[in-house]
Amino acid sequence: MTLSLRLRAAIVSIALLAVFLGAWHLATRGTGTAANMSPEYAKLMGLTATQGKSAMPGPVDVGAKLWEHLKRPFYDNGPNDKGLGIQLAYSMGRVALGYFIAVVVAIPLGFLIGMSPLISKALDPFIQVLKPISPLAWMPLALYTIKDSSISAIFVIFICSVWPMLLNTAFGVASVRKEWINVARTLEVGTVRRAFTVILPAAAPTILTGMRISIGIAWLVIVAAEMLVGGTGIGYFVWNEWNNLSITNVIIAILLIGIVGMLLDQVLARFTRMVTFPE
Amino acid sequence: MSTFDDPFDADRALTRSACVCGQHRSAAEHDHADRALRCEPVESEEKRYEGVVASAVMRAVFPQDAARRAFLKSVGASTALAALSQFFPLKTATEAFAEAGAPEKKDLKVGFIPITCATPIIMAAPLGFYARQGLNVEVVKTAGWAVIRDKTINKEYDAAHMLAPMPIAISLGLGATAIPFTVPAIENINGQGITLAMKHKDRRDPKDWKGMKFAIPFDYSMHNYLLRYYLAEHGIDPDVDVQLRSVPPPEMVANLRADNIDGFLAPDNICQRAIYDGVGFLHILSKEIWDGHPCCSFAASREFITTAPNSFAALTRAIVDATGYASKAENRKQIAEAIAPANYINAPVTVLEQVLTGTYADGLGGVKTDAKRVDFDPFPWQSFAVWMLTQMKRWGQIKGDVDYHAVAEQVYLATDTKKVMAEMGLSPPATSYKSFSVMGKTFDPEKPDDYLAGFKIRKSS
Repeated sequence: MTLSLRLRAAIVSIALLAVFLGAWHLATRGTGTAANMSPEYAKLMGLTATQGKSAMPGPVDVGAKLWEHLKRPFYDNGPNDKGLGIQLAYSMGRVALGYFIAVVVAIPLGFLIGMSPLISKALDPFIQVLKPISPLAWMPLALYTIKDSSISAIFVIFICSVWPMLLNTAFGVASVRKEWINVARTLEVGTVRRAFTVILPAAAPTILTGMRISIGIAWLVIVAAEMLVGGTGIGYFVWNEWNNLSITNVIIAILLIGIVGMLLDQVLARFTRMVTFPE
Repeated sequence: MSTFDDPFDADRALTRSACVCGQHRSAAEHDHADRALRCEPVESEEKRYEGVVASAVMRAVFPQDAARRAFLKSVGASTALAALSQFFPLKTATEAFAEAGAPEKKDLKVGFIPITCATPIIMAAPLGFYARQGLNVEVVKTAGWAVIRDKTINKEYDAAHMLAPMPIAISLGLGATAIPFTVPAIENINGQGITLAMKHKDRRDPKDWKGMKFAIPFDYSMHNYLLRYYLAEHGIDPDVDVQLRSVPPPEMVANLRADNIDGFLAPDNICQRAIYDGVGFLHILSKEIWDGHPCCSFAASREFITTAPNSFAALTRAIVDATGYASKAENRKQIAEAIAPANYINAPVTVLEQVLTGTYADGLGGVKTDAKRVDFDPFPWQSFAVWMLTQMKRWGQIKGDVDYHAVAEQVYLATDTKKVMAEMGLSPPATSYKSFSVMGKTFDPEKPDDYLAGFKIRKSS
């Protein structure tokens, strides 16, 4: 066996995909028997009822539809029907904004918590209670108080993605090796300088891991939030197609959500590698 | 004379005609009628206003149908018009009418739920009814009734499609902060149905429905009240013997397929969609419970009316106009195609056509025809509101006493709508209350408490 591990893994991946698609195709082939009904009645009925077509679309249906979407990703048929490219752009815009606000709040606050045991202990109960709240639970409250659905969606992204970053920053800052801080102290380095030149680089890998978890959460939340507030975005697309019981389009959206989520994660993984240092 | 009839037509029969749209004397004549003359919207704004003003004058001069007819027969329509303009300055009046009240706010947002009940609100955009009133309206699809309520309260929407009882519930502060809301127009009448899962094909008697699970779209909905009423009339206590769940309409079909519910009373296209997908059949149309019941409404906050009265009037005109257009059977196919795309309802055209034209598959292998399966009539009868209040009390949504007529008159703007309709040259009904019968039981809007007391099955408070 001279094949590299990478190549072998790729072969297994492709085989798994082929098995999955094959099973999917077989499972959704449908009964194929046309039910016994008068022609004028059949004309009024859907394919599921007349030809025993499976209610679940097969991989071929999904592929064809996906190709249709990819051919024209940026069409705009009015406020309730836009191309997938535009929908994804809306979602990413919201995620970027909510996430950016979360970064701006979480990192300085995390530093403060990490550097001061008093504040850490004082804020701990609040953080522990707020952290596990589901985005959907925040939504009605946000809509009611903020009175604007798009700002509410951004608020929900912010409130859900802030915690992992905050906790990781605090943890990273608090667990910087004592020797390094003591060295800085012996050299009479000021607090601000110490924070930027010693603690920040030392805690950076942990902070970025927190940011990586957060972007994943932000992307999870946006779909839920958009399904609720509607209008634009990939979450709205899922909901709109669900309304039409178009499972084909829902599957396509699921696929795209997965791919975009993976890309976002990979970007932050790369950043993490850039700041990681050997000890 | 009904709302959408032409008062210059001397030939129109005095009694209610046999054709579906009400404009022709027989179904055959209806089919052969020259469409261009009667049913398509008038292209020129000026001509349209002229027609409106002349019609209004004609109606005012001859309030009696018979007298008007005799006059027209003896002199002819054009002479009649010329004679009228002799002693009434039609031209000036037309100009004044067209200029009256430029809208304060032209760019408006109107929310809707993607079901056929919203037909007039939706179709007014692609078919240009809003544009004709000088408005630039964006119709925004919304995820659910609670969201549409919150977005309208938050002023993200200037007006919205709501279930007929919702504005009453919001005004009374039921399930939301009390904010005065109004209904200038009803969207659709009829157009709902009870759909059951295929496995209940042989359980058509509601008495056998104990222990079943039913879905309704929202607590404050005609669907809820009609289903409860229907069950109670058959001796089933809806609070004890069955389970009623509030489920968003699109999820109803999926839930029915997954066997989570046994049936639902839902707005159309959802009923027809369940049939189309072969998961359910139509037990009865809601029309069989109460023929002519209201379902959805066009709602706006009172604040919007006071801050932008002209925009509000223009919106009301557009909706009344669109509703009139939708009430005509020959337009229904075109409407089905206009509202089916993903930007609007997002449903197969076949399904919408079956709902709107009334020729539909019943799910059991039969094709049925009922031209009034769904109909459109904008007039917000205050007696509708009184009936809803009696049902809210009956099922414990309202506790204590309620001033039926005061609430009905504040929320259902029959008087204002009458004015708008008269200005448009339509003939609104003379009263705002009418009696009707629900499953054979007559409802007298003057005696709501007696009506309420007549029900054996109700929530014990």
